[in-house]
Amino acid sequence: MQHLLSIIIFVPAAAALILALVLRGGSEAADRNAKWVAMTATSVTFLISLFLLAGFDPSNPGFQFMEHYTWIMGFQYRVGVDGLSILFVMLTTFMMPFVIVGSWNVKDRVKEYMIAFLVLETLMVGTFVTLDLVLFYLFFEAGLIPMFLIIGIWGGKQRVYAAFKFFLYTFFGSVFMLVSIIYIYFHTGTTDMPGLLIYEFPYTPVHILGITIPGGVQTLLWIGFFISFAIKMPLWPVHTWLPAAHVQAPTAGSVVLAAILLKLADYGFLRFSLPMFPVGNLVVGPWAMWLAVIAIIYTSLVALVQSDIKRVIAYSSVAHMAYVLLGIFSGTQQGIEGGIFLVVSHGFVSGALFFCVGVIYDRMHTREIEAYGGLVKRMPAYALIFMFFTMANVGLPGTGNFVGEFLTLAGTFQVNTWAAMLATTGVILSAAYALWLYRRVVFGDLIKESLRTIDDLSTREKWIFGPLVAATLIVGIYPNSVTDIIGPSVANLVQNYHDALPDHLLSDLVEH
Amino acid sequence: METIILFSPLVGAIIGGFGWRVIGEKGAMVLTTGLLFLAAALSWIVFLTLGDTTQHIHILNWISSGDLDVNWSIRMDRLTAIMLIVVTTVSALVHLYSWGYMAHDENWTENENYKARFFAYLSFFTFTMLMLVTSDNLLQMFFGWEGVGVASYLLIGFYYKKPSANAAAMKAFIVNRVGDFGFLLGMFGLFYMTGSLKMDDVFAAAPALADTQLHFLWTDWNAIELIGVLLFVGAMGKSAQLFLHTWLPDAMEGPTPVSALIHAATMVTAGVFLVCRMSPVYEYAPHAKEFILIIGATTAFFAATVGLVQNDIKRVIAYSTCSQLGYMFAAAGVGVYSASMFHLLTHAFFKALLFLSAGSVITAMHHEQDMRNYGGLRKKIPLTFWAMIMGTLAITGVGIPFTHLGFAGFLSKDAIIESVWAGDASGYGFWMLVIAAVFTSFYSWRLVFMTFFGKPRGDHHAHEHAHESPWVMTVPLVVLSLGAIFAGMIWYNAFFGDHAKLVKFFNLPAHEESQAMGEAAGHGTETAAAADHGATMTDTQAEQVQVEEAKDSAGVGPSAAVLAEAGGAPQGAIFMGAENDVIDAAHHAPAWVKMSPFFAMLAGLIVAWLFYIRDVSLPRRLAEAQPSLYRFLLNKWYFDELYDRIFVRPALWLGYQFWKKGDGQIDRAIDGMAVGIVPSFTRFLNRMQSGYLFHYAFAMVIGIVGLMFWVVLNGGAN
Repeated sequence: MQHLLSIIIFVPAAAALILALVLRGGSEAADRNAKWVAMTATSVTFLISLFLLAGFDPSNPGFQFMEHYTWIMGFQYRVGVDGLSILFVMLTTFMMPFVIVGSWNVKDRVKEYMIAFLVLETLMVGTFVTLDLVLFYLFFEAGLIPMFLIIGIWGGKQRVYAAFKFFLYTFFGSVFMLVSIIYIYFHTGTTDMPGLLIYEFPYTPVHILGITIPGGVQTLLWIGFFISFAIKMPLWPVHTWLPAAHVQAPTAGSVVLAAILLKLADYGFLRFSLPMFPVGNLVVGPWAMWLAVIAIIYTSLVALVQSDIKRVIAYSSVAHMAYVLLGIFSGTQQGIEGGIFLVVSHGFVSGALFFCVGVIYDRMHTREIEAYGGLVKRMPAYALIFMFFTMANVGLPGTGNFVGEFLTLAGTFQVNTWAAMLATTGVILSAAYALWLYRRVVFGDLIKESLRTIDDLSTREKWIFGPLVAATLIVGIYPNSVTDIIGPSVANLVQNYHDALPDHLLSDLVEH
Repeated sequence: METIILFSPLVGAIIGGFGWRVIGEKGAMVLTTGLLFLAAALSWIVFLTLGDTTQHIHILNWISSGDLDVNWSIRMDRLTAIMLIVVTTVSALVHLYSWGYMAHDENWTENENYKARFFAYLSFFTFTMLMLVTSDNLLQMFFGWEGVGVASYLLIGFYYKKPSANAAAMKAFIVNRVGDFGFLLGMFGLFYMTGSLKMDDVFAAAPALADTQLHFLWTDWNAIELIGVLLFVGAMGKSAQLFLHTWLPDAMEGPTPVSALIHAATMVTAGVFLVCRMSPVYEYAPHAKEFILIIGATTAFFAATVGLVQNDIKRVIAYSTCSQLGYMFAAAGVGVYSASMFHLLTHAFFKALLFLSAGSVITAMHHEQDMRNYGGLRKKIPLTFWAMIMGTLAITGVGIPFTHLGFAGFLSKDAIIESVWAGDASGYGFWMLVIAAVFTSFYSWRLVFMTFFGKPRGDHHAHEHAHESPWVMTVPLVVLSLGAIFAGMIWYNAFFGDHAKLVKFFNLPAHEESQAMGEAAGHGTETAAAADHGATMTDTQAEQVQVEEAKDSAGVGPSAAVLAEAGGAPQGAIFMGAENDVIDAAHHAPAWVKMSPFFAMLAGLIVAWLFYIRDVSLPRRLAEAQPSLYRFLLNKWYFDELYDRIFVRPALWLGYQFWKKGDGQIDRAIDGMAVGIVPSFTRFLNRMQSGYLFHYAFAMVIGIVGLMFWVVLNGGAN
């Protein structure tokens, strides 16, 4: 089990390589083979990752399953997981087989499609487990490419516009992270993340262009990373790429985007913003929390008036990610655990919701809410599933989203009651947009001629939804299955975070 | 046994809801109804054999995160036991009743199966309601709280083909969420202050909380007052109190058994239950209690005025429910939680009875709900008529003054009115409730007179075919009638009348008894308690300073301090502070106070008789004489219109502005930047669309990544 992490990272990549080299695309048989190879590879990856989970010692807050090699030119390959990252890995490996099953009907360039998703899985898992800054940056950025292709090639009518928007936005953000990373390297002489985590970056105020920046270097680095993550997350006001990308992306692309890719940013907050730049977080974090509060209210209101089903869910995703940010930046045990919890749960729920859209899109080839109505008559099973995930999305207790939202807000309340109060209005607004969407699509009398022959869920689709329902319920009813794993690491993070904050600064800055 | 009660409805819901294709619709109906009767029987056993100590039954760990540690567990005490019998009994009867009511539903075509779904929803609702009332902590209660919300949403929208039903279902859920917003904030505050959401911990911390400040929004508040008010906002939503009441009348879109079960007997009383359950908190929050009293009394009055002029039989009863809930809150607001629970219990019987009788009338009249089309049904459906009369006698409070003989509502409502007289020095609550009692009597008798007396109106055909309902529907009516007649007399002493029995019934500590029973005997205890209290205060203030410091340095709440301060939770299912002698004062209320509800009842009855039996043209003449007042009442004080203007439309408008103007601006700015920075971007875009996107994109991306590699590695090499 020494190379377990590397195996998990590279099994999908190896499968992608096999597909690329061995398989001649085009024929129907080749397409089928490509699907099965991808299916097998992602399933095997998930099964292997179960060993990771089984072998993981939750009581140890440090890194486990560490591997370290030195490559050419001083390039370090260093990986490992701790309680903060392991669930991100598990979420990725768990969701990918569903993504492949959900793509079973793809007709166009099947081989390339599967390759793109397999490469994407490798890059995402790599981002979560890497312990070297350069490697992190490479994984983080390279993930753009397959996603760019997925949207740009297999997307809807305006796919090219959406793909470029996605690409330019996130690429723009990553420039700041790159600068920060380069600075860190010159400053400390290392890109080793475990080492950097215990390094104390200087926080004496600096003066740039006549402006005094409290928190100094830490604040600047914090901002550098934050811009990149905020765009990825996406945070208001740099969220507009996400609805466009979601609407244009194929179903599976949307699922990956919502369930996993957005979480790269949350992971970044946990790994960099809080532990490496605590003073920076103290200075700027409260502002970020305000952006998150705006995001929750703003995007929830925007979701109310959308006419495209996918857009509603996309905006709802933005709002949920803002809860995660609130929780993490609260710096409290409940807030951070809630943030990670919501990452996992939102992964299941938003993924399932995009699948729900995909189900009717496959049948009717439209995402306009207007085109539907009364589906429950022809599609009772679908109505049930969609209702379940709608309710999960509005944070009904018993589902994972509730635990996540409750904990993040409880954590936020401890540091900022205004933010907590305003963010809690999200529970009202989310109910409004989600139920209104459901009502227009599923309820009512079935009067539209085109819907009279629509079919209920197929067996394949049921196989997608079944496990996701189970997962959502399990984390909702027995959340300790999650919090037991992350608890000690989060406690450690919180402890270190508060220890790292110098007392005199706290008294000066806590007022903000 | 408690666990069986709790989970048998869930089992019924799951098997009935998912397995009805296997066991058949009939099978699902038998199963759900059977399990509910089982649960009801067990509940009565639990209620009658309840021991002295509060039991905690652990089921499963739920959330543990840092200090927060919450379990799925049952708290068994008198309060839970009362709710158990109310919920399971009414639910079992409603299940049975639905066999008849839902048998031939004209909203569905021949080949549509709807019965199994209906029964599964009913059972699911019962399960979540039981989760709510048996909960040992606030978070599990919130699970039930939201669960009943979903069940209510599903059942209100049961006729999903009807746009009005869907709208009502959504409205119910969203308005309830406004209340939940308060509930959630209350829980956040409690957790922040005490580090726990378990009832016992919260109760134990209550005295200390009363002396602690909590910074919320712009200023410092007394912690317990703030938390009390926030939790009550949750209760206002669920129990349809003024400002958050608008969903309840619309909820009548659901089938009538649903209205009886959810929107009369059980779910809407959850808010009252919450306040009574949290009595150890509210006893230390006098201002929060005052707020509850004002809202409760005002709701009782407001809803009764609207009920005066409604014509839909179910809406009359809905407003009546809203109003009666106001009574319960008023009692809790003056600290007589037992009277509040008493009315909750009796109200469950007689209001379920009224609704189910109304359902029987509606079935008889082929789903006609407008009372203007009824009339003279007394002879056609005699059993329903008598059931309705029993319910009306109970709700209007018919009984013999100065004795304990009377229908259920007579005893429980009088208990509330006397308590409010004793507990509210201003008199506002008392007069509101008495006036509401006049109105209650009027609209209740109006309903009876319009429906069963006079000449048949409306569709001639419907009247000719009016027939008595089948036995599955009339048996529940008879059972509930018995409750409406006797429930008050049986339990009067235990809930209100006799202090010794009350103390034993709710398992209160003995010193309370001496407190309220005899002034002299209780005096010693009181001084001791007061001295104790003084000591607590100084201690807490000292703690508070430390707390502030601790908060600044570590970012954690003052929870440890408050908990350390706290002793044990008070004994008993409800808690009445040492100074709370309202019950005693109520018992010694002057004769005119005790007589007032009786006269109110009489006044309402006489006016209703004048209007609807003696001279049926009177109502119309009065409405014409006071057109604006009439329209104001008919339109429910224009709350819906107001909310539409100040909430719904602005929200949509804002959403649209944010989307078009906000996101649009951001997009244009970004696009502009992109075009500005990369001049060839647009040309490139055009070429992209002409084909071979894959290759172009790939080349470009490879290039960019190569560039990045180069930059990073060069940085590394330096």
